[in-house]
Amino acid sequence: MTEMLPLPMQPLVIAPVLLPLATAAMLLLLGEPRRVSAAVLSLASTLAGLVLAVALLLRVDHQDAPAAFGVYLPGNWPVPFGIVLVVDRLSALMMVLAGSAGLAALLFSLARWQRAGVHFHPLFQLQLTGLYGAFLTADLFNLFVFFEVLLAASYGLLMHGGGGARVRAGLHYIAINLVASLLFLIGVALLYGVTGTLNMADIAQKLPHVPASDRGLLHAGAAILAIAFLAKAAVWPLNFWLPPAYCAAGAPVAALFAILTKVGVYALLRLWTLCFPASAGASALFGGEVLAWGGMATLAFGAVGMMASQRLDRLAGFSVIASSGTLLAAISFDAPALSAGALFYLASSTLAGCALFLLVELMERARQVELAPLPDDDEYLPDFLDAEPPRDTNLDDQEEALIGRAFPAALAFLGLAFLLCALVVAGLPPLSGFVGKVAMLAALLDAPVGAAGVVACVTLFVLLVASGLLAATALVRVGIRHFWAPQNRSSPRLRVVECVPIALLLAACLLLVVRGEPALAYVRAAADALHQPQPYIDAVLGAQPVRREVTAGKRFAP
Amino acid sequence: MEVVVSLAIGVLASAGVWLVLRPRTFQVLIGLSLLSYAVNLFIFSVGSLSIDKEPIVQAGLAPDLVNYTDPLPQSLVLTAIVIGFATTALFLVVLLALRGLSGGDHVDGEEERP
Repeated sequence: MTEMLPLPMQPLVIAPVLLPLATAAMLLLLGEPRRVSAAVLSLASTLAGLVLAVALLLRVDHQDAPAAFGVYLPGNWPVPFGIVLVVDRLSALMMVLAGSAGLAALLFSLARWQRAGVHFHPLFQLQLTGLYGAFLTADLFNLFVFFEVLLAASYGLLMHGGGGARVRAGLHYIAINLVASLLFLIGVALLYGVTGTLNMADIAQKLPHVPASDRGLLHAGAAILAIAFLAKAAVWPLNFWLPPAYCAAGAPVAALFAILTKVGVYALLRLWTLCFPASAGASALFGGEVLAWGGMATLAFGAVGMMASQRLDRLAGFSVIASSGTLLAAISFDAPALSAGALFYLASSTLAGCALFLLVELMERARQVELAPLPDDDEYLPDFLDAEPPRDTNLDDQEEALIGRAFPAALAFLGLAFLLCALVVAGLPPLSGFVGKVAMLAALLDAPVGAAGVVACVTLFVLLVASGLLAATALVRVGIRHFWAPQNRSSPRLRVVECVPIALLLAACLLLVVRGEPALAYVRAAADALHQPQPYIDAVLGAQPVRREVTAGKRFAP
Repeated sequence: MEVVVSLAIGVLASAGVWLVLRPRTFQVLIGLSLLSYAVNLFIFSVGSLSIDKEPIVQAGLAPDLVNYTDPLPQSLVLTAIVIGFATTALFLVVLLALRGLSGGDHVDGEEERP
């Protein structure tokens, strides 16, 4: 049943965690003044992390479905007692996404953001450590530790560059995440109190046998834990912190943060499908309706927020909220086909969201032509609509001059990239957002009624279509403002290193379409494995520590 | 003992929640600290409270939960204290930075307009 990785592959499971951690330590030792070597080291490590993630993904995918897991015991303790790292299709997918977003953000930051403050590279690597660890761990308390690692790094990154707006947003962000972490701890403690274990697979195995008298406590613990994750996944009404925080962050940081909300979604997806599958007896699909309606409310909130946004960075923030809502609502129906569509959508929306945050800065730069090299103080950023030049700036003689000029390549790149980004975010035809949405809509049409009933199915269907329309409208409006309306402006100065990551991210979105069939097959297998958690539980609990006969024999000899 | 511990957790948590909702940054900081004390005590108490049953194996006593208290919540508390302390210290730094940048101690960086 359990297809273990062959021995040489097993240590590979922990490599994505160790690599950025070691790099961060080396970067700290390297010191701040050696920027070039720090950048090279950081870039090499991020690239190697992505390669490792892709290698794990390919390795996991090539194994016979559905039992494809890599289990690694870091402390070599027997299973329910020690920490376990597990890679399965979902973890591998999330790690590849985190690695891609990380690589793109890092490349972008090389142009100028890395110089905007101290310790950018070590914080960045620690953030990646936390992300990879959170996706790999199969232990509840270890998940808390990795959450804290990635949050602590994100506090530093959010305030990278300084300035009043960033510090204010950072204070709110830290306060909210500290409270969420405390809720996380309460939930973990309650679950431990009821089940007596912290290993996720072990918890899932013990849940059906929890006596009825303890079931209320168990549900309370699970609900409190879920609130912590929901706050991180930016579910309405716990998401008011997100747009200000993401707007205040620098472009590469915001791009990396596009994956942070997905960590909350991932944790919910992992724990909910593992602990409360339809076969869990008295607790089957506990909280499914809350997830469904909360996700749909979030989707509606995000779509309306996109329409209401006056600035492109706020629009990008609300698009993150909308995609988070889509994912939560879609997974809560406990229908594998729907979850598969959601996972495909997750991949494409993460890549596109990351690209959108990077584009925001370049487009804003195109607006405020050649100002100070660092947009340190957000107070000076013009409001999105109010700073629009009045109509009388387009003088006739100026316009004639414009006609004769060659179309600037930088503006052409920005326009094309924004168009592709908008197509993916809004889920319009030729690109990957559309494939994900169609997969979800098709699954909704012929899905058996899930945890939340027919009304929820119909509502989600309508919301998916309507939110796509709203997003398209909002993005088209921005596109008209920036690229279509004739304006007297010089071309923005872009560096190649700023354009390459955006092009790479969009190419990845295109690749998801071109290689759509294998990608869909992959997410289908991942979703099937999620909704049938028994092989995962068997794989984790069946893992054996490595024997060390020599020392063991000596130490315990009488 | 259960009553004393639960009362302590309740008082700390309620005071913490009240302070976290206050508009001054220092109040929020103290509120977060109180909340983390409450949570730490709570984690400690889920491993069943007992007196004179430290989780150190002694000769002649069978190593089970009848003779010893559960060591795991204690190690969890230790980790939670360290992490909570570090993040609270970080919050303190940001608090001071905001105070330096805005000249006030309101969480929004500016006083509410009437």
